[in-house]
Amino acid sequence: MLILQNVSRQFGGLAALANVNMTVPEGQVTGLIGPNGAGKTTLINNISGLDHPTGGTIRFRDVDISRQPPHKITALGIARTYQNIRLFGEMTALENLLIGQHGRGKATILESLVFAPRFRREEKTLRAHAFELLEQFGLQAAANTPAGALPYGDQRRLELARAIATHPHLILLDEPTAGMNPVETHQLGEQILRLRASGQTVLVIEHDMSLIQQVCDEIYVLNFGQIIAHGTHEALKRDPQVIQAYLGEDAEDGAA
Amino acid sequence: MNVTQQIINAIWLGSVYSLFSLGYALVFSVLGVLNLAHSAIFMWGAFIGLVSVLYFGFPVWLSVPVAMIGAGLLAVLLERVAFAPLRARGAPRISQLISSIGASILLVSVAQLIFQQLFGAQMLARFPLGSIPTDPIEGLPFNVTPIQVIILVVALVLMVLLQLLISRTRLGQRMRAVAFNTRTASLLGINVGGIFVFTFFLAGALAGAAGVLFGLAYNALTPFIGEAIALKGLTVIVLGGLGNIQGALIGGFVVAGLEVFSIAAGGSNYRDAIVFSLLFLILLVRPQGLVGQKEGTRA
Amino acid sequence: MEFLSSLGISEPVVQFALINAILGLSIYLTLFTGMFSLANAGFMAIGAFTGVIITQRLGLPLPIGVAGGMLMAGVIALPIGLPVLRLRDIYLAIATIGFGEVVRILILNFDPLVSGLIGMDVEITGGALGIKRIPKLTETWHLIIFLILISYFITRLHRSRFGRAMAAIRQDEKAAANMGIDTVYVKNVVFILSAMIAGGAGAWSGHLTRIISPGDFGFDKAVDILAFAVLGGTSTWVGPIVGGFVLTALPEVLRFADQFRGVINGLILMLVIVYVPGGLVNPAGIRRIFERLRGRKSPSAVPPTSTEAGSKA
Repeated sequence: MLILQNVSRQFGGLAALANVNMTVPEGQVTGLIGPNGAGKTTLINNISGLDHPTGGTIRFRDVDISRQPPHKITALGIARTYQNIRLFGEMTALENLLIGQHGRGKATILESLVFAPRFRREEKTLRAHAFELLEQFGLQAAANTPAGALPYGDQRRLELARAIATHPHLILLDEPTAGMNPVETHQLGEQILRLRASGQTVLVIEHDMSLIQQVCDEIYVLNFGQIIAHGTHEALKRDPQVIQAYLGEDAEDGAA
Repeated sequence: MNVTQQIINAIWLGSVYSLFSLGYALVFSVLGVLNLAHSAIFMWGAFIGLVSVLYFGFPVWLSVPVAMIGAGLLAVLLERVAFAPLRARGAPRISQLISSIGASILLVSVAQLIFQQLFGAQMLARFPLGSIPTDPIEGLPFNVTPIQVIILVVALVLMVLLQLLISRTRLGQRMRAVAFNTRTASLLGINVGGIFVFTFFLAGALAGAAGVLFGLAYNALTPFIGEAIALKGLTVIVLGGLGNIQGALIGGFVVAGLEVFSIAAGGSNYRDAIVFSLLFLILLVRPQGLVGQKEGTRA
Repeated sequence: MEFLSSLGISEPVVQFALINAILGLSIYLTLFTGMFSLANAGFMAIGAFTGVIITQRLGLPLPIGVAGGMLMAGVIALPIGLPVLRLRDIYLAIATIGFGEVVRILILNFDPLVSGLIGMDVEITGGALGIKRIPKLTETWHLIIFLILISYFITRLHRSRFGRAMAAIRQDEKAAANMGIDTVYVKNVVFILSAMIAGGAGAWSGHLTRIISPGDFGFDKAVDILAFAVLGGTSTWVGPIVGGFVLTALPEVLRFADQFRGVINGLILMLVIVYVPGGLVNPAGIRRIFERLRGRKSPSAVPPTSTEAGSKA
C-alpha cells in the first residue's frame, strides 16, 4: 500500500534519513521503532507531506506522493496523529471533527451565504458523522468543550478520532502512547486492533515495546536514519543489531 | 555622473544606516523581536543631542555621547514598559511588534508636543549655525565636508567597538548565549533579564548615535526624521538576514549605495520604490537574507 | 442623534466610524486566519483611487466606483498574495509594510510613469497632491448597509467549511494541512477578500473626504487599521467594529486637542496589547473573569485570542 524507495532527507550536511526502504502492506499494522533522534518523526513528516524527501520516492497506492502537498496526501487517504498533540485547541471537540472532514465537503462559500440546500444537507451529514465518531471514542460529553481544555487522555483519543474523520486508508500514529499509563496504553492497543479488524491500515511509531508487541504484524527498526532490521517482534527480539541499537539500550523501557 | 562623488556619498550615508540598523539587528538577534520603536529612539537621540547643545550649552562633540546615553536609557525604559510584560506572559512575537508600534507612535507624538512648545508650529530645529564644520574640504577631487568625515569615523569606531564587545568580552559571550538559546542560557546561570536590558541599552545608544550624527549631517530636525529611516532600516536588516549583525553592517552600505545611485541616475522619485522593491524581493527569494543561512525545517 | 451630538459626535464622525469599522473587519479576516498582514492601507489606497477615478474622471455612478475599487484591490491582491503569504509572522509583516510603501510610491509617481509610457501628459492620480474636489457622494446609510452586508458575509463565512478552515489555519497551519485543507488556497482567498473590503472602504471614504492623496495611505494608516482590530479584539467579528467605533469617537467624546491624538493612540495600542490582550470584545476573557468571580477555577489551557495566536512562531 505504502512503499518507500531509497528515501533520504538531508538537513544541510546532516542526513536525517538515508536510503530508507520500507513497505506498509494493506490491512496490517506495521511498527516503526528506533531510539530518540533516529529520524522517526522526520519519516512521518515526509510521508504526510509536511516535509519532502531530498532523494528517493514514496508511493501510496501507486501514486508518487514524494512531492505532494499535505492536503493532497490527505485526500488520497493518509491521516496522522502527532507526537505532541496538535488539536485545534480553541475549537470544540465537535468542530475538530468537522475540520477533519474538511475534504469531504463540497459546498462553496456562495452556497453557505445563501443557505443553499446542498450546504444545509452537507452540514447535517458532517455533524451527524462527527457525533458518531464522538460516540465511538466515548467523547460525547466533550462535544462542546474546547479541545484545549480536555483532559490529556481525551485529547489523545480526539486526535485519533479526528484522523479517522478524514476517511483514511492509512493512519500514521506518531508515538500515540506518549504520556499514557500501562492501562491506557493497553486500551489504545485494543483500539488499534479494532481499527485493523475493520480493514484499516496502520503505521505506528513507538517507543513503548508493549504496544508494538500487542498490535504489530511487522516491525521496522530505524537507527541514525537507516533501517537496520525488519521482521516480526519475535524475530527482532533475537537480532543482535537491534538489541544493540535499541532494545538493549532501552531494556527497561521495553519491559514497562 | 561623478561616480567617485556618489561612492563618497553612499559611504557616509551608509555608515549612518548601518549604525542605526545594528541596533535593530541586535535586539532581533538577542530577543527575537522586531522593535519598530527603534526609529523613534533614533529621533529622540538626535533631539537629546540637540537640546544638550541648545539649552545646556554643551559643545557639539559632547552631544554624541549625551545622545547615546539618553537614547540608551530611553530604550531601557521602552523594554521595561512595552516588551518585558509581554515576555513575562509568554505572548507571541507579533504582540511585541504591535506593542512596539504603539510605543513608537507615543514617542513621536510626545516629541511633537515638545517640538511645538520649543520650536513653534514648524517643529523644525537646528544646531547653531557655525557649530558644525560644513565647508567642503579643499584640494580633493570630490566634495566632502569635515562633518561627513567625522560621521564616518565615529560610526566606524562604534561599529568596531560593538564587534569587540560581542566577540571578545564575557558580556558579549553571554549575549551570544542568550541569542542562541534563552533557556539554556538561563540554566547556565546567565541573568537573562539583565542581558535583555543591556541589549536594549546598547541598541538604543547606537540609534541615538546614528540619530545625532544624522541630525548633524542634515541639520534639520523634526519629530519625523525617524520615519524614513525606520523602513530603510527594515530593508537593511532583511537584506543582511534578520538578526545578523554583520549582515546589518553590510546591508546599510548596500541600501545607501542603491539609494544614492538611483538618485544620481535621475530616479529620485523612485529611489524609495527601488529600496522597498528590494525588500520585497529578498523576502520572497531569500528570507534568510543575503548573508544568512537557511533555517532548518521542523515539524 | 441628539444624544450623540451632545457627546460631540456629529454625522461626519459617525461616517468615519463606519468606515473604520469596515477597515477593522478587513484586517480581521486576515488576522483570524493567522496572517499578520499590514497591507490593507495599500489596498485601501488602490480602492480609493480606482473608485474616485471611475466616478470623477469617467463620470460613472458611485456604486460602480465602489465595485471597481473592490475589484481592483482584489485583482492586485492575487499576484501579491501568492508569493507573500508563504511568509509568516514578522517576515509577513515586513513584506506587507514594503508592499504598502510601494503602492504609495507608485500612486505618487503614477502620472509621470503613464505619461512616459504613452508619450503624452496625463493627470490620473494627481501626484503628491492627489485628487481634489471629489463629489461628496457617500451617505451614512450607504455605509451602514455596506457594513451590514460585510458583517453578514463574515458571520456566514464563520459557519461554513471555509470559515472553519480559516480558524484551523490560525491555530495550527500544518495540522490544518494534514486535515486536507488546501492552506495556500484558503489563505489567498482570505487575503483577496480582505483586500476587497479594504478597497471598498477606500472608495467610500474617497467620496467622503473629498480629497485623497497618496500620503493618506502610508504606514500610519496601516497602523490605524491594525489598532481598530487590536483594541476591539479579534476573537469575534464584533471586536473590530467596536474598535473602529471607539477609536474614532474617543477623541471627540474626550474633546482633546488634535495634537494629543497620537499620544492617546500610541498609549491605547500599547496598553491594550499588554494588559487587555483579547481586546474589548472577548467572550472567552469575559467568561474567565465571570468564572473567577464565582470562585471557580478557570480551565488550565486558556485558549489565546486570535491576535495572539495568529503568530505562533
